[in-house]
Amino acid sequence: MTAANDSALGLDAVKSPAGRILKFVLYALLLLVFAGPLLALLVSAFNDVSDPTALSVVPSSPTLDNFGIAFDLGVGMYLLNSFLVVGFGLLLQVVISVLAGYALARKKFRFMTFVLVAILATLMLPEEILAIPLSLILSDLPVVHLNLIGSLAGMIVPLGAWAFSILVMTEFMKDVPRELEEAARIDGAGDLRIFAQIILPMCKPALGVIGVFGFTMIWDQYLLPLLVSTDASTYTLPLALRTLRIDTNVTPGVIMAASLLALLPSVAAFLFFQRSFVRGLASGALKG
Amino acid sequence: MTVDHAKPAAVGADRPAVKRTPAPKARRRSDRDGKWWTPWLFLAPALILFVYFKFIPMITAVTMSFQDVQPYLGNQWVGGQNYSTVLGDEAFHSAIWHTVVIAIGQTAGSMIIGLALALLMEGQSKRLKFLRSAAFLPVVVPIAVVAELWRIMYHPTEDGMLNSILGLVGLGPSGFINDPDSSMISVIITGIWRGAPYDMMIFLAGLAGIDRGLYEAATVDGASRWRKILHVTLPGLRSVFSILFVLAAIRGLRVFTEVFLLTNGGPNGSTEVAMTLIYKLGLEQNRLGVGAAGAVLLFLATLVLTLFVQVLRRRRDA
Repeated sequence: MTAANDSALGLDAVKSPAGRILKFVLYALLLLVFAGPLLALLVSAFNDVSDPTALSVVPSSPTLDNFGIAFDLGVGMYLLNSFLVVGFGLLLQVVISVLAGYALARKKFRFMTFVLVAILATLMLPEEILAIPLSLILSDLPVVHLNLIGSLAGMIVPLGAWAFSILVMTEFMKDVPRELEEAARIDGAGDLRIFAQIILPMCKPALGVIGVFGFTMIWDQYLLPLLVSTDASTYTLPLALRTLRIDTNVTPGVIMAASLLALLPSVAAFLFFQRSFVRGLASGALKG
Repeated sequence: MTVDHAKPAAVGADRPAVKRTPAPKARRRSDRDGKWWTPWLFLAPALILFVYFKFIPMITAVTMSFQDVQPYLGNQWVGGQNYSTVLGDEAFHSAIWHTVVIAIGQTAGSMIIGLALALLMEGQSKRLKFLRSAAFLPVVVPIAVVAELWRIMYHPTEDGMLNSILGLVGLGPSGFINDPDSSMISVIITGIWRGAPYDMMIFLAGLAGIDRGLYEAATVDGASRWRKILHVTLPGLRSVFSILFVLAAIRGLRVFTEVFLLTNGGPNGSTEVAMTLIYKLGLEQNRLGVGAAGAVLLFLATLVLTLFVQVLRRRRDA
């Protein structure tokens, strides 16, 4: 097979000087459009940017002051809140998803299809649409009568109900061979042991997918923290960016410094677990 | 998938031992699958949270939409009044119109540019892998950061970052998000910047599934690059198109955060979308019933759109 047919356009096979120049210009333009703004953010975070017009990709007066001012304004606390929400939220989401996945993939029971369909249906239900009733329910949880408004717990607990992760775990656990489980049953293993020692260890790739997806999803949350938090002490970092901006003494350089801190965790998660991320993206979308 | 296939074969040797001790059918079933309530124990945490944070809110949204909601005073049943308020409200009409414009603009823009990106960057070389990762970054940047960054880039004076670039080619300065005439397109462009790389990744996954032999055959037949795209690539991406369309359209209809942070519906209500209006009605003006009616209508629109595309797909596949 020739290189020209490796891809639809076969650009890798273009070797003429004019073609090379054209390719270079195209790729440079793409990089400029999609990565350029982020480069400007990075540079401005470390630059003394006093007004919005000074945003650029060329550092003029490098400084770390922006971070100092940002931390003085409480960015450290907002960052800690964000990490608490993503840490406990992701833990809850993963534990709930693997448990539910085990039941749905390895068991046969009455109403199973009903449960599966009910969970799947919530994939079609944008969280924005549930926002108002959700905030009412969080202020007075039925039966237990707890008020979670104004607490980080109110942002964390609802994250446990995440159909995508359950779906990924169920699909993956179905493919673990029956024979492994049956052998363990003959040895007298109960469900808990089979789940923890046989099924779960084989699901590492799926755990990678739901882990990295859950992390970026939770880190990107905006509306739920907005509804739950009542004052700055429970703001997550993305939420705090808006209040930082309203303070007229805060320069764009400081906002970019805070923004850099807000984007680093999810960008790092993507770069380190890129394979899991792309696999989840493709399978999630193409199965839909 | 990296499931180890060597082990089951080895274990398989033990299987006849099971058959030699035939137990009564009922007992064997309970031995193998545990008690009837075992699966429910594993499901319980998920079910509790889904009931609390998905199903109860869903039911609450529907009941609230038929009520005059007064916390602490008790809710009054008002029938379809909230719906007629929403449907008769001038502000809601324009919010829905804006939502549709943003949904269409972002969906079409993201898909067209995403497809172009995917075609340009399909390939195995290290350089292309790097380029794809770099182009994908906007997708994993939190939406709140995207909004703050673009707000500053959209600075309305001629020294603003984007305006100085426009100035280089003799255009502008534009007011961008501060001008009612350009605020919509500015919001859409920001959405495309974040949406196109996402679509690119899905298109790339679709492109990887196209049979290389078809390209080979087209080359042998002397087809030009353009004809290969038109007759091999695009038909091969058909299902990707419909999936992306549904995903992007739903994303467009529920648009909230970027509008809330970029313009908060302004200037002069020129970018007010359904969700920002519902948010204002519900949480700032405490008209929870009317807000809920709007949310239910938005959900129905999402549902109709999804079903419509499903039906189209079924019919074409049949």
